Amino acid sequence: MSNTVREPAIEVVGLTKSYPSGDTVVEAVRGIDLRVEAGQTYGFLGPNGAGKSTTIEMLCTIRNPTSGSARVAGFDVVRERTEVRRRIGLVFQQQTLDQQLTARQNLRFHADLYGLSRADADRRIDEVLEMVALTDRRDDPVLRFSGGMKRRLEIARGLVHAPQVLFLDEPTIGLDPQTRAAIWDYLRDLRQRTEITVFVTTHYMDEAEHCDRIAIMDHGQVVVEDTPEALKSSVGTDRIALRTDDDELAIARIQERLGLAAGVHEGQVTLAVPEGAHVVPRLFTSLDLHIRSVTVTRPSLDDVFLTYTGRTIRDSEGPRAAAGKAPTR
Amino acid sequence: MNTDPMSTDQTTTSRPAPAPLGEVRNDLTHHARATWVVTRRELLRFRQDRARMLSMLLQPLLFIFVMGTGLGSIVDTGGDVSFSTFLFPGVLATSVLFTAGFAGISLVWDREFGFLREMMVAPISRASIIWGKCLGGAIVATGQSLVLLALVGTVGIPYDPLLLAQLVGCLFLGSLFLTALGVLLSTRIRSIQGAMPMLQLLITPMMFLSGSLFPLGGLPGWLSVVTRLNPLTYVVQPMRSLVLGHLDLTAAEQQRLLPAITWGGWQVPVGVQLLTVAVITVGLVGLAARMFRTTE
Repeated sequence: MSNTVREPAIEVVGLTKSYPSGDTVVEAVRGIDLRVEAGQTYGFLGPNGAGKSTTIEMLCTIRNPTSGSARVAGFDVVRERTEVRRRIGLVFQQQTLDQQLTARQNLRFHADLYGLSRADADRRIDEVLEMVALTDRRDDPVLRFSGGMKRRLEIARGLVHAPQVLFLDEPTIGLDPQTRAAIWDYLRDLRQRTEITVFVTTHYMDEAEHCDRIAIMDHGQVVVEDTPEALKSSVGTDRIALRTDDDELAIARIQERLGLAAGVHEGQVTLAVPEGAHVVPRLFTSLDLHIRSVTVTRPSLDDVFLTYTGRTIRDSEGPRAAAGKAPTR
Repeated sequence: MNTDPMSTDQTTTSRPAPAPLGEVRNDLTHHARATWVVTRRELLRFRQDRARMLSMLLQPLLFIFVMGTGLGSIVDTGGDVSFSTFLFPGVLATSVLFTAGFAGISLVWDREFGFLREMMVAPISRASIIWGKCLGGAIVATGQSLVLLALVGTVGIPYDPLLLAQLVGCLFLGSLFLTALGVLLSTRIRSIQGAMPMLQLLITPMMFLSGSLFPLGGLPGWLSVVTRLNPLTYVVQPMRSLVLGHLDLTAAEQQRLLPAITWGGWQVPVGVQLLTVAVITVGLVGLAARMFRTTE
């Protein structure tokens, strides 16, 4: 098994999930296709109720699909469930630590569940604790941990058995900005050190920037899938703002030499272009005058989200409490 | 633009996927190992929880001294055997009832606090989780009764190692039965507020109608039928016959304190009684594992 050629980490074809709710049938996932290459960090976004959690649960073998197929780490999530489970790490939205036990006991339990040998378990537990900087707290009961520490411990636990794919469902929800940043640092560090594939859902658009590719899901379907850069380019143009010694001349030359329209806004020469980064070098070579500063503002992923779902992620965050109680089991 | 920045990397990093750590097979050894992992967590949790440990150790003492002494003053056993001696096996059995039952419904907590998920997504069978919970709960409950067992001398029962070992065996079986019952409840009931009263509703009549606190002879016919349908009866009765067997009783005393259990006139041997409990317990665990598979 270990010397096959690398397959995609996740391959989903025509996956659907529907379940009865009262008299009607709810179609939570309406036929999605996904392909996540090994080693990528893949962002899975969407408003609440879009079907993200259901999809993740199917990929993690917690729920069986109604139709379609999914392979994770090269194994079928229905027929080869155990093989999939051995190769994935999971960090859920809700806490899943045993609060009464210490950090190390939680990790030990996990290592034992996954059948690690004593030596492997000891080594991995030390490694992952080190990675999330909890080594000195390893013998404290989890009960005494802060929210951020618990989260870090959960990520560490998800990694104990050296999974090929790590699933993170809203890993930073409810955490303060510093902790969120720290968690993404760990994830980045992790990617540099190992070949792990990370599949992450998040509500924070700035976090989606850390991903190699993003899929946006809405109404049970994937509405768009691409790199963050491509997605941003697809929804709008970049804005370049210049400070020059002679704004009039700059505008004239931009018009004349680059064929682009520019104007003065808020004391800066401003122009809108599809690929700002490509235009900046040409500005320097062709304007022929002193440029004091250049800023390129890209469309944000918030703009992308709004374009494809018709909502901002904040709007969709509204019914969070209610959605949390929805039948997610 | 549809160029994937990773695709260039992709060709260079197509190394073979690393084999996952750990060994997971689909055989009995693996299931047994997984069960033991879950069991050990129950023991760890118990050890970690000082308050729970203390209250569970003190509660049975309360039973034996308060009830034994209190009731003993109004009950006449009609012979040399004191009421405390008669009561002791019953109290032993009673002492594990609630501990074991609560250990069983701790599955509801595991679900509520999310830890259940950690177990559910691991490469182990659901039956291992259920068996692990049951064994863990039963071991904790039995362990707790050892304190009480150490006091047999105070009620005139000899410290006979064999007798003590046999009693521990019976207590373990009874505990396993009750934990299984609690676990079965938790597969259906999802809130602790619902599970607690339900458990008490089941355990309390079982406790009173098992002969733990009074001899089962001389009950009205219908009640006597109920006692014979109560699995706990078949835990208490063997324990009491073990204890009284070590004392010199007259036939009359024997008849009074330990009336034989009959099924349609057949006097049920102790072995068959214990086997009955064992079969019911395995049935409950099996049922719980089955429910667990379909509901989670």
